[in-house]
Amino acid sequence: MNPEFLDFEQPIAELKVKIDELRLVDNDNDINLGEEIEKLEKKVDALTQSIFSKLAPWQIAQLARHPRRPYTLDYVGYLFSDFQELAGDRAFADDPAIVGGLARFRGRPVMVIGHQKGRDTKEKVRRNFGMPRPEGYRKALRLMKMAERFSLPVATFIDTPGAYPGIGAEERGQSEAIARNLLEMSKLRVPIVCMVIGEGGSGGALAIGVGDHVMMLQYSTYSVISPEGCASILWKSAEKAPEAAEALGITSDRLQALGLIDEVVPEPAGGAHRSPRVMAERLGASLSKALDTLSAVSLDDLLERRYKKLMDYSALH
Amino acid sequence: MSWYEKLWPSRIRTEARGKRGVPEGLWQKCPACQSVLYRPELERNLEVCSKCGHHMRIGARRRLDIFLDEGDRVEIGEELAPVDKLRFRDIKKYKDRLAAAQKETGEKDAMVVVRGHLLGRPLVTAAFEFRFMGGSMGSVVGERFVRGVETAMSEGIPLVCFSASGGARMQEALFSLMQMAKTSAALARLSKAGIPFISVLTDPTMGGVSASLAMLGDIIIAEPKALIGFAGPRVIEQTVRETLPEGFQRSEFLLEHGAIDMIVDRRQMRDRIATLLGMLHERPPAEIASEVEAV
Repeated sequence: MNPEFLDFEQPIAELKVKIDELRLVDNDNDINLGEEIEKLEKKVDALTQSIFSKLAPWQIAQLARHPRRPYTLDYVGYLFSDFQELAGDRAFADDPAIVGGLARFRGRPVMVIGHQKGRDTKEKVRRNFGMPRPEGYRKALRLMKMAERFSLPVATFIDTPGAYPGIGAEERGQSEAIARNLLEMSKLRVPIVCMVIGEGGSGGALAIGVGDHVMMLQYSTYSVISPEGCASILWKSAEKAPEAAEALGITSDRLQALGLIDEVVPEPAGGAHRSPRVMAERLGASLSKALDTLSAVSLDDLLERRYKKLMDYSALH
Repeated sequence: MSWYEKLWPSRIRTEARGKRGVPEGLWQKCPACQSVLYRPELERNLEVCSKCGHHMRIGARRRLDIFLDEGDRVEIGEELAPVDKLRFRDIKKYKDRLAAAQKETGEKDAMVVVRGHLLGRPLVTAAFEFRFMGGSMGSVVGERFVRGVETAMSEGIPLVCFSASGGARMQEALFSLMQMAKTSAALARLSKAGIPFISVLTDPTMGGVSASLAMLGDIIIAEPKALIGFAGPRVIEQTVRETLPEGFQRSEFLLEHGAIDMIVDRRQMRDRIATLLGMLHERPPAEIASEVEAV
């Protein structure tokens, strides 16, 4: 198995191996294999398209968690300039599972906030696998209030398995920290754009996810509970996660159809991690459009709309 | 069941089993101290063990009954009923789970909201029904709570909520998660209108309910020894791989860590909340506003 590829992508991986082999032969020999290689590459494209056109929710969950998927700071690097990271909640600590700071997006200053996962083992541990503690949410709130004071729009990147379930997190009021953010974001007097770029894990995601325009990358997920968690509670077995993923409707297309998110940003073939730059360009275009649209609305109208949108979240009609 | 029991007609089997137990309803064992308590006495004591002070779980109707003055109660959002928009199905259908819970509790969903009076003072009171799917918050709970907030605002009367919930309702998936944002946004407006919200946490208040409306009270009260937290103790234990400290996530632990204002015995709840509201909200804002206008 090729670890670069998920299990359902293995047929693609096998073809790629063949292509690489042919390339080696091609370089060494006088025989021209270009035509053969081209044929196989077309086959790879077709196979990728066919596999990705009918992904099951559980497979999408694997993509959303892909270890090579671009994270918040990757997008910040692609899309923003002059990023100045701001640290700390001014009360207890700095939580590296949430990053935030001032940056320029196509010239205009904005406040950027996002969950941050680590790439290698050491960083993964330092970032707590993107699972924030209360101080992370309080830092996020501090930055949002700063954005409000200086009339800067807020852009949030959502990518977390969930808020950290730890002893210290409970002692310092994980619940209160999340609840406070929900309340404050509902009335923050600047435009807020939320982008789910990977895992939208429950309350831990929503705590920086209340805004005027919520978008999801095509292969990201957003859920009230992880498929594994849901499966172990309702099916009494974590192995039923694929069924739970299906039942929970965690994918972007389903959530858009239900009216729970505003926009789906299509991913490049094979997922965001195959062409991060292309993904960033598309996300940037959507962000730019959203900021333009929202900036044109008066603040009172913006808040009224945000409130109405929140009140309309209901499975009753 | 052994093979010879199977030979008996089912009616006889049931009767035989019934006789083995204590006569139903007259005596009840305290789950904390194991004392056997006389049921009518326990009821007079508001389901608090007279031996050890353990606060037993009580349903939403009973809660409202013992908290509010008698008479003149109007239910809010009574007509709302859950809809299985996702056609959610695990090992059981959500529809069937709903039907079973409705039959068991006599409620349409896990929250009852009532406009009533506390020691003569009008107020809106919401109470979770824990027996209804673990008091989980879905669209009906969210909507009823918001309507309670709206009534409180339009009439300028305080809001009190008694939480008892495992969190967001999985079967309504992301709709449930969004109820956290919805209820919190409504509370932001209530707060802006200068109307007090007292949140009372009872056993248990966890997950999405804890991480939204329950922790947003101007004053947060807990009943003694209630389990209150974001993540469940089992999940935490599995994550950190250590034994949790004694009393972890109990009311007393939260008080010590500064998460709540006070712990109040159920039998003093009416008086204490009335006293608090009396000071926070001496007169309804509408009254004050009309006076200001008159001047």
